[in-house]
Amino acid sequence: MSEIQNTTNHADLAEVFNNDEARVDWHDETLWWIRSKRDVAVNKISNWEVLRETASQIKHNVLSNLNNYLQQFEGNAIANGIIVHWAADATEHNQIVLSILRKHSIGQMVKSKSMLTEECHLNDFLEENGINVIDSDLGERIVQLAKEMPSHIVLPCIHKKKEEIGELFHQHLGTPAGNADPQFLTETARQHLRDTFLTRRAALTGVNFAIAETGEFVVCTNEGNADMGAHLADVHIASMGIEKIIPERKHLGVFLRLLTRSATGQPITTYSSHFKRPNKGKEMHIIIVDNGRSIQLGREDFRNSLKCIRCGACMNTCPVYRRSGGHSYHNAISGPIGSILAPNLDMEKYADLPFASTLCGSCTNVCPVKIDIHQQLYKWRQVIVKNGYVPAAKTASMKIMDWTLSSPTAYHTAGKAGRLVLEYAPFMVNNKLNPWYKHRDMPEPPKESFGEWYKKNRK
Amino acid sequence: MKVGLFIPCYVDQFYPGAAIACLQLLEKLGVDVVYPKNQTCCGQPMANSGFEHLTGGCNDLFIKNFSEFDYVVGPSGSCVLHLKEHLHNHDNPEIATTLSNKLYEFTSFLTDVLKVKSLPARFPHKVGVHQSCHGQRGLHLSQMTELVAPEFSKPGSLLNMVKDIELIHLNRKDECCGFGGTFCVAEEAVSSKMGKDRVEDHLHNGAEYITGVDMSCLMHMEGILHRQGSKVKVLHIAEILNGE
Repeated sequence: MSEIQNTTNHADLAEVFNNDEARVDWHDETLWWIRSKRDVAVNKISNWEVLRETASQIKHNVLSNLNNYLQQFEGNAIANGIIVHWAADATEHNQIVLSILRKHSIGQMVKSKSMLTEECHLNDFLEENGINVIDSDLGERIVQLAKEMPSHIVLPCIHKKKEEIGELFHQHLGTPAGNADPQFLTETARQHLRDTFLTRRAALTGVNFAIAETGEFVVCTNEGNADMGAHLADVHIASMGIEKIIPERKHLGVFLRLLTRSATGQPITTYSSHFKRPNKGKEMHIIIVDNGRSIQLGREDFRNSLKCIRCGACMNTCPVYRRSGGHSYHNAISGPIGSILAPNLDMEKYADLPFASTLCGSCTNVCPVKIDIHQQLYKWRQVIVKNGYVPAAKTASMKIMDWTLSSPTAYHTAGKAGRLVLEYAPFMVNNKLNPWYKHRDMPEPPKESFGEWYKKNRK
Repeated sequence: MKVGLFIPCYVDQFYPGAAIACLQLLEKLGVDVVYPKNQTCCGQPMANSGFEHLTGGCNDLFIKNFSEFDYVVGPSGSCVLHLKEHLHNHDNPEIATTLSNKLYEFTSFLTDVLKVKSLPARFPHKVGVHQSCHGQRGLHLSQMTELVAPEFSKPGSLLNMVKDIELIHLNRKDECCGFGGTFCVAEEAVSSKMGKDRVEDHLHNGAEYITGVDMSCLMHMEGILHRQGSKVKVLHIAEILNGE
């Protein structure tokens, strides 16, 4: 489902997205509205910045002692009656899920929101192995019907207009053509999912927080779909990245206050469900997944990216994300946080993402766990260049720039030549070969540079 | 107090008026200010493109030109931030640290070092203030809308000393203009759309002029205004503060 997205880069995909300017405006306004709701919510907490710092420090502690906390969590979870699996990568994770389903002869599964399973491309894998998967989060269900990736980690179908969802439901769920009433469409999805919940024997959920102290985990949803799936099924599988650990239950008081205020401006998720042990006669599995995270943990400059609690605030505030759409990032996790996580997984494939930013720094400021996102984007650029994943022409032009700017004589000559070109041969610059000129005029060249003026007018 | 005037390369080449205004205002305020003529560029265009390892020449030149001064002042939040974060010297790390500690963006030098309380300027126009990201979020020249923290603005406090100026309200107070150095050509579509949207906010709210601490953002917005045939002009904040 993602093959078209692998063939190109962010700038090209964003250019396609920008062919429909009205749609860009709509996308930008929609996400800005969510950023504004977040602003209202966080300004009601007078010690918001203290809360962010506290969360950041707790995660700092977790990342510094991750091995111990994971083992503590595993021990307590096993004691609670949960079956714990370890997966080194996406392939192992997917195989574990499949083996659990096969063991129980289950051919259909319901799944609530889990960005980790998107990262592992679990749906594709299970479909290939004859397992039918239905996503129960409404947004995920919509992108699943559309055979698309989520474009946002919290709002998977934020790129879709209600009319498009109406058309999709008309095709797949038999709603009347042309009906785009959100209330009606939601009710239709609810009825369809109700049947799914009642008939599926296996349910997969994500994990928002795994508590080392108790061996329990917390799943946050607004729709209650994780609970519906998990409680009605015989087998509950929960997939979590190794970084989801928090040391103690009391720390939830910090993270639950931050998560949804940052994400959507709500005080808390509608459902913050604690899972501790399986019901009688049922099975509960946890799959603890690495998939590149321990490599990232070893990268000192990028380690803090593992503090992420997947709130999506950096996407909502990012002026580039809002105007390029999540699919332009050709990765399961898009936006600023995706741009610092993805190069760890495949530096060549995602070499473009750290450059899809003006380094404005707004992402860093909204991040509830204070990840220095824009600083990491800058640092990834250096790493990517040093590893040779930029076009040779760019390297050549940078070397010329270095030579010119390191020598005052070369700089003054080039500057004068540049201004003369602009004055007497503007067509050399103002043409289709200069991307600047497509939507912007060049500055009018002044008669003299400041340096030249200074020489005449001072001393 | 001896001050070295650091004029970013594109200001030197394209916006000498902004540099002259900085020089004249500093002189008016009684500062002994000198422009070292062998300066070129801070190296930011290369560094932000991932080629920080090629900026050694720019660093050495900057240190050579400016180490002798008590303060170094530049009319660009972005270039000053780049130097403060990345200026280094392999053989003598201390010389780079000392220099970056006495390096100031123009408006913060006025508010924090000179502690300017009044200015003899008058500018009877409606003005939109563009918060350039690197000055604002990087150098903390003004409060950021993302944070739950008290309001302040160094450039704003200076503009409020200008007689008859009317600072307009913007719908999005501190959204990026989309310039972003090489981003403006590498990501042309998003960059120009960001610029258009930023300009539109100022136009919609009745700006006659758009000002800010960074000529690069203003150059970007000027390119869009000019293309649209707008009469609205951009001015570096120094040109307003230095006005009669």
